Amino acid sequence: MVVLERAGVAGGRTRSERRSRAVAERRSVPLGAGLKRSLGRPALYVVIALWMVCTLGPYVVMAVTSVTPQDQLIAYGMSRLPTHFSVQGYSELFATTPFVHYMVNSAITALGTVLFSLVVASAAAISLSRFRFRGRTTVLTALLVAQLFPAVLLVIPLSTMLRSGHLLNSRAGLVLIYVTFATPFATYLLKGFLDGLPKELDEAATVDGCSPMQMVRHILVPLLRPGLTAAGTYIFIFAWNEFLYALTFTSSTASQTIPVGLQLFIGDYQIRWDLLTAGGVIAAVPVLVGFMLVQKQLIGGLAAGAVKG
Amino acid sequence: MTTLTTRRPIRPSGPTGPTRRKRRLDLTVPLFLSPTLLLLVVFVAYPFLRAIWLSFTETSLLGGTLGFVGLDNFRTLFTDPSFGTFLSNSVVWTVGGVGLQLVFGVIGALLLNQRFRLRGVVRGLAMIPWATPSVLVALIWMWLLDPNHGLVNAVLTRTGLMHSPVAWFGNAHSALGTLIVVDAWQGIPFFAVMVLAALQAVPEELKESARTDGCGFLRVFWFITVPSILPTVLITLVLRLIWTANYIDLAYVLTGGGPGIASTTIPLASYLTAYKQGALGSGASYAVVQAAVLAVLVAVYIRLTQRREA
Repeated sequence: MVVLERAGVAGGRTRSERRSRAVAERRSVPLGAGLKRSLGRPALYVVIALWMVCTLGPYVVMAVTSVTPQDQLIAYGMSRLPTHFSVQGYSELFATTPFVHYMVNSAITALGTVLFSLVVASAAAISLSRFRFRGRTTVLTALLVAQLFPAVLLVIPLSTMLRSGHLLNSRAGLVLIYVTFATPFATYLLKGFLDGLPKELDEAATVDGCSPMQMVRHILVPLLRPGLTAAGTYIFIFAWNEFLYALTFTSSTASQTIPVGLQLFIGDYQIRWDLLTAGGVIAAVPVLVGFMLVQKQLIGGLAAGAVKG
Repeated sequence: MTTLTTRRPIRPSGPTGPTRRKRRLDLTVPLFLSPTLLLLVVFVAYPFLRAIWLSFTETSLLGGTLGFVGLDNFRTLFTDPSFGTFLSNSVVWTVGGVGLQLVFGVIGALLLNQRFRLRGVVRGLAMIPWATPSVLVALIWMWLLDPNHGLVNAVLTRTGLMHSPVAWFGNAHSALGTLIVVDAWQGIPFFAVMVLAALQAVPEELKESARTDGCGFLRVFWFITVPSILPTVLITLVLRLIWTANYIDLAYVLTGGGPGIASTTIPLASYLTAYKQGALGSGASYAVVQAAVLAVLVAVYIRLTQRREA
């Protein structure tokens, strides 16, 4: 408190003016004052560069391995850079393995999950953000808890349930399960986004005579679009990457997704690292490209969603 | 429309609107919430109860439920000499992985909160491991740590730090530790980004005033920054503890719980018992033990998030 009051005396003008001036001054300072003094700017860049090497290096190694000729991999591994590039890993992956099936299954399952989960989650998010009703807090808590159940606990009964519903080893069954587990967090993301939109908008619409359904359709849904992009990307990443349920619920190329396929390859092609890493590159590209496109909104939403509860 | 949106209403925009509106809402909310609630009841709540029931039965993967056996599964589980190893592996895995994520995540967040060129890009790139499929993370590190051809062994032996290559995942002494490092590599970015969001919310005026009052960097950090980000760090910590405790993808792919049972945690034991041995009932009993232990953390997490909202 004492600290705040002294700052108040020093300023002398209105609070908001002081704040905006303080913000402006801070912008002109190139570096947060603390670390600059103790570390210095070059050190900061060295540490950041080191971090980036540790994070991205493994992906570069994977990409290079995927285009290294097989005989060089067997002879030297990664201790020598390849003398020339080869796409044999990729061509063999498509010609001799069911990888195309895995890709198709992954794409259909992930996109199906995005579609259904977005509809379900936006409806839930709209009702939780825009309406007040009894049991609202309970629903919010239930969504939170649903994400925290151990997958190994649910996987056993879910597999028997899917079997009796003839949904085992089918993409539809996977989509159903993925929609369930992607929806809680997607709802939180979308709710956070909606909470940021001014309430006056829907009040104005209601005053103008819109029914709640009209208000949702004409006001909220169009405004929700950027939020849907972020949530849709999150859902896609979740469904594309998911391993344990896919491993348990699928048993043939009719429904096995890329993570399951890669795991099978690891057993079957132990020494074919060109082939394995080629599959890895293909598995990584869609999620990493999608993620980088919307990373800013997504990261913001992630942090807010998990902390606010 | 535009005039209406820019107007700041003085009237409260709380839960109760005009009665006309309230009556109409009665249909919208149930309609909008029912798909979500239906999914949660059918695919989370019901399986949860069923898993508990299964843990009291003898159920096999192929033969279905053979009968109710009461506490037999749990008796077998607790008297199994391996259970102690599973338990200690679980604790080491969870505390080790999350500990590394906490330390490096906070350091990473402080770095990302500095001003430097390309900061936006770096923030995005740093999060890439979070968006990577777990099986792919496993595959990448299996290759990097390969005893014969992997880059890590090549670098370590060539620089003289090691005499001979190490089979990181094949050795009972290094398997779990190596898994923990891979988990940290994947999990640090998420931790960093969560803490970064909290750092960005620390009121600058407060730090500025403290500096004006003559506080140095460390004192500002300790008295202003730490108290402001502590709630977020705690919530992230609990969240990561729960997720990491349940996370078996890496161990399943990289070691299969081995060598022997050297890297088998309780949830992995549950999965392997259910699907490698085909004993769904006793597999479920491991998972129930896991859930019971984690329920404490879940309760803490809910308390923390709700206190924050209040």
